[in-house]
Amino acid sequence: MWRDALRTIIVLCIGFSASAVAAQHYGLGRAPTAAEIHAWDIDIGPDGAGLPPGHGSVAEGQKIYAERCAACHGEKGVGGLADRLAGGFGTLAMNKPVRTVGSYWPYATTVFDFVRRAMPFNAPQSLSADEVYAVSAYVLYLNGVVSESAVLDAKSLPAIRMPNRDGFTSDPRPDVPAR
Amino acid sequence: MANEKTLIGRRGLLAASAGFLGASVSSGRGQASNDSEGLVPPWSKEQGAPIRESSYGEPSPFEKNVVRRPRGALPTFPSAGTSDTPLQNLTGIITPNGLVYERHHAGIPPIDPAQHRLLIHGLVDRPLILTMDELTRFPSVSRLHFLECSGNSSATWTGGNPKWTVQDTHGLLSCCEWTGVLLSTLLDEVGIKPAAKWVLAEGADAAGLSRSVPIDKALDDAIVVYAQNGEKLRPEQGYPVRLFLPGYEGNMSVKWLRRLKLGEGPFQTREETSKYTDLMPDGTARQFTFIMEAKSVITFPSGGHHLKGPGFYEISGLAWTGRGRIKRVEVSTDGGTSWHEAQLQEPVLSKCLTRFRLPWTWDGGPATLQSRATDETGYIQPPRRMLTDVRGFNSYYHLNGIHPWHIDPSGGVSNVA
Repeated sequence: MWRDALRTIIVLCIGFSASAVAAQHYGLGRAPTAAEIHAWDIDIGPDGAGLPPGHGSVAEGQKIYAERCAACHGEKGVGGLADRLAGGFGTLAMNKPVRTVGSYWPYATTVFDFVRRAMPFNAPQSLSADEVYAVSAYVLYLNGVVSESAVLDAKSLPAIRMPNRDGFTSDPRPDVPAR
Repeated sequence: MANEKTLIGRRGLLAASAGFLGASVSSGRGQASNDSEGLVPPWSKEQGAPIRESSYGEPSPFEKNVVRRPRGALPTFPSAGTSDTPLQNLTGIITPNGLVYERHHAGIPPIDPAQHRLLIHGLVDRPLILTMDELTRFPSVSRLHFLECSGNSSATWTGGNPKWTVQDTHGLLSCCEWTGVLLSTLLDEVGIKPAAKWVLAEGADAAGLSRSVPIDKALDDAIVVYAQNGEKLRPEQGYPVRLFLPGYEGNMSVKWLRRLKLGEGPFQTREETSKYTDLMPDGTARQFTFIMEAKSVITFPSGGHHLKGPGFYEISGLAWTGRGRIKRVEVSTDGGTSWHEAQLQEPVLSKCLTRFRLPWTWDGGPATLQSRATDETGYIQPPRRMLTDVRGFNSYYHLNGIHPWHIDPSGGVSNVA
């Protein structure tokens, strides 16, 4: 009787501790609503995943750029206080490389992603999807990547092949000879 | 203290104490002080300041110059800047919270933790949204790790400036005890779909700073951190929650973490394409260079210090590696001709600063001091020249070369330009 009771207690203890260790789900937090995910899920994949409906032209982008971007980045993406956005082609192997959207960025989708999340500097996440398409189109136009008549949307933006698309390699380190 | 002095004065306080304690104080001392020549400092002869009931303790006013400083001119856009840790003034391996280096891309957001949420979604079975209270209920870990900006020491690729201190050359480096929830715990909670290979980490700052993290790292030792050195994260360190990736370049430990999204491939964010990539001499660029390789630097004596004549000094410095533990640190006092094995402060922890020390007697002549770290993989910290031979001068990030300091016969210590 005593032994049985003891055995039961031991079995219960083992069972309890095993389940405590095995528990992977703590039941904390809750499932997000679709609206919450929609509001926060702003990243754009290199394949265009996440691009919203809408469209914008180079001409529309030129107007928005003049009002919201040029003060920091220069009238045509050159000569401002903030990062240079245009030109620099052929300089990456030189002593003073000029890294711009056109000369360096491997994906056009990153332009949309970054402008939407972080620009304009004084009002991030304030541009509409149409405006972001338009500004992206204008910056790409300044680099000769799209034509003056281009209109970008969720289909045409990820189809753009950037000039430096193949300019990146993986990490080869350690890259110094062993001693 | 000033008030007490004004009201009572030293003699008055002594008289009051004697009166309070009565006969037990007055016997056997006579009238003459044992300090007729003024050799006992005044602070040993009067009551100190009372405890400060409502304030957060601060260093002695004599240490007011031990502060974070930006190197060079302030940035064009003040919210996108850096400040460096004063390594020349610190001992041991822990960086006090107020001195942990800063790198912000869009300033320090004033986040209310009651309103902040962490969303985990994408290729998971059960998307999850957590309050900070809920996050802190998960099983936690506390681990000591260094944090180093990938751009630390970048200004010295081409040599540097004789006036630079170790704060200027290596100050984008700090080390704390970080407390939080292992990311693997949270990923177990949401259930990872087999196709998920990368995790996007995104901050709640105005930059929405975002980086892609390989799933292997996320499941290995990544921590979702809410505290440092025993207290909640400082605002400039990501309050109320940040990601922490031990051994990886600092910007990947995304501060003010608001979202983790699992996906099949890297998300190719602006920071991991146009910014934190390393340009090589042929014009190609290395991408996803995550690990901070073995590195060390002497912090005493270092630039700006002044040795007060020949004699004994303890050379001391820091070594670290993103690949695990430091195995050995060697120090040279003759510009690299001969090397001496330094003593490592125990315990030597993985992906953590390791303090090293070497006794040294300075003979008063010119000397060049430098340190060389070896990590547990056998990797030996290279001279800068070995790095520039391979990488040229445009890669900017990940400079982990040997760093010499020159001591001139007057005792001045300067960066070797």
